[in-house]
Amino acid sequence: MSRDILVIGGGIAGIQAALDLAEMDFKVHLVERLPSIGGKMAQLDKTFPTNDCAI
Amino acid sequence: MAGKKKKEFEELRIGVFICDCGSNIAGHLDCKAVTEYAATLPGVVFAKENLYTCSEAGILEIQEAIKKHKLNRVVVASCSPRTHQPLFQNSCKSAGLNPYLFEMVNIRDQCSWVHMQDRENATRKAMDLVRMAVARAAFLEPQQDIESPLTPRVGVIGGGSAGLSAAEGLSRMGLEVVLVEKNKELGGLLRNLHKVAPEGVDASERLEGLIQDVSSRPNVKIFTGAELKSLDGYVGNYVMNIRDGEGQTVKESVGCLVIAIGAIPLVQKGLFGHDGKRVITQMELEPILKKGKFDAKRVVMIQCAGARGDERSYCSRICCMIAVKNAMFIKKLSPDTEIRILYRDMQMYGTEKEKMLWEARGEGIRFEVYDPAHPPEVGDKAVRLRQPLLGREIEFAYDLVVLSTPLVAREDASELSQLLRVPMDQNGFFLEAHAKLRPLDFAADGIFLAGSCRYPATYDEARSQGLGAAARVGTILFKDKLVTSAIVAEINPETCVGCMGCLQMCPYGAISYDQERKICQVNEILCKGCGCCAATCPSESASLRGFKPQQLMSQIRAVMEG
Repeated sequence: MSRDILVIGGGIAGIQAALDLAEMDFKVHLVERLPSIGGKMAQLDKTFPTNDCAI
Repeated sequence: MAGKKKKEFEELRIGVFICDCGSNIAGHLDCKAVTEYAATLPGVVFAKENLYTCSEAGILEIQEAIKKHKLNRVVVASCSPRTHQPLFQNSCKSAGLNPYLFEMVNIRDQCSWVHMQDRENATRKAMDLVRMAVARAAFLEPQQDIESPLTPRVGVIGGGSAGLSAAEGLSRMGLEVVLVEKNKELGGLLRNLHKVAPEGVDASERLEGLIQDVSSRPNVKIFTGAELKSLDGYVGNYVMNIRDGEGQTVKESVGCLVIAIGAIPLVQKGLFGHDGKRVITQMELEPILKKGKFDAKRVVMIQCAGARGDERSYCSRICCMIAVKNAMFIKKLSPDTEIRILYRDMQMYGTEKEKMLWEARGEGIRFEVYDPAHPPEVGDKAVRLRQPLLGREIEFAYDLVVLSTPLVAREDASELSQLLRVPMDQNGFFLEAHAKLRPLDFAADGIFLAGSCRYPATYDEARSQGLGAAARVGTILFKDKLVTSAIVAEINPETCVGCMGCLQMCPYGAISYDQERKICQVNEILCKGCGCCAATCPSESASLRGFKPQQLMSQIRAVMEG
């Protein structure tokens, strides 16, 4: 069985899944349709309620 | 200054890399001048300006320079160490340089960003910061990351939907689970429910499936009627002291914990005339629906009963959906029953649940808005309501009033919060490490949370959170060993007099007092490297690796040299 994992979508859900899987020592292939990862989150300025910079 | 003496044997060969960050830094200060200046500093044998130091080309340049110029210290002046220090440290490591011999300067946030209109001074400040970093780098010492063994077992506290789901997920991942439930039976709140929305599956069917699955797993050990009494150790090596169903104390070693103790539906006598007979809560309605016989012909439901007011300011979030779900089941059991839901605003999030709301309207369930300043009044025969749109009073005769009360935190949550040293909010719900970035983690390492003890959750949410917490545990326990930063405190046993000043200052409980030797000691795994002990110690016995007095003083002296 291949231990590589494919994550489709590089928004916040895809990135977090990829990060956690990488932490678990799996090799992850993250595929995003757009030129950069980040999804909707990358378009936000601040996130409520902590007002952290979204990026 | 024993450390300095040792250094004299080794010739300092510092490499400095100044990052343009495109125009982000170079657009507001003179990176070329900073690079030329860096080359003149004592110990610096190589200085280079990069367009992007963090790019593949930039990293390669650092690694080649380490080899070609035999660099034994690397300084990068670029952006925030918070985001980029690990990258540069790892690059040094793979080129054969101990990662703790790396130093970083933030000339983006501290120079180009804050002094955008003042190129000359921004450049001067960048030079000052680089000079300080080079001075500090000279005194850096190689360090080894701290490694400790991991126990591949997990304690799950709470056997409701969230806890059972976590246990199932962990067991499937091949980790041993110790499940501790306070009640005699597993199941939590789901045990009392009739159906689960929106699919309308029997709650008991769903629950029995889950309990059977978890109980039949050979790597899950279940304690019922049991309680976590205390917790020793640290991430990777916790020891739970459990009082089991027979009142015996049992010790179980676990690497991580998942807290899923749930919450309790508010039942408050007298609230809107609550008597448990004609005025009941949604939770008291569930077993009636379960029996499948419903007599009341006129039902009035009141939303936000005991919630979103002075006493409890929060929204319990799931009660709107519970009310609509139960109203629809009443309609199914007794189609001619008239149902009115008195609400402030309906929260039916998600596509399925919003659809439910529209279906409920289609089935003739009436929704009446009320103004929180004029809440409905429950009389003997009728509920009186001030209709905000019409501005006049209307009355609804009733056979049964159902209050949608919030889930409230368990009383024993505060005990657990002290025992685990994890925070709660003002309502007694547990606080996650970060609302956005770490929703299922506690700030304490190796402890996770799921379900309604965090915030009122539907069954689906409790289950996703339970499975999610299991995955988070995997990020720690799927490794062979626990590796933590070498930047921790150390206490010199020769000079420590055991005054315990540091012990009181330590926010992580990482310092203990050795009765025999009469000195203080640091637990390197619990230590987070904050340096409170080092700042407190009157005899400089406590120090923080990488931030020892000579390392800090050299940096401070360098400010004055400019």
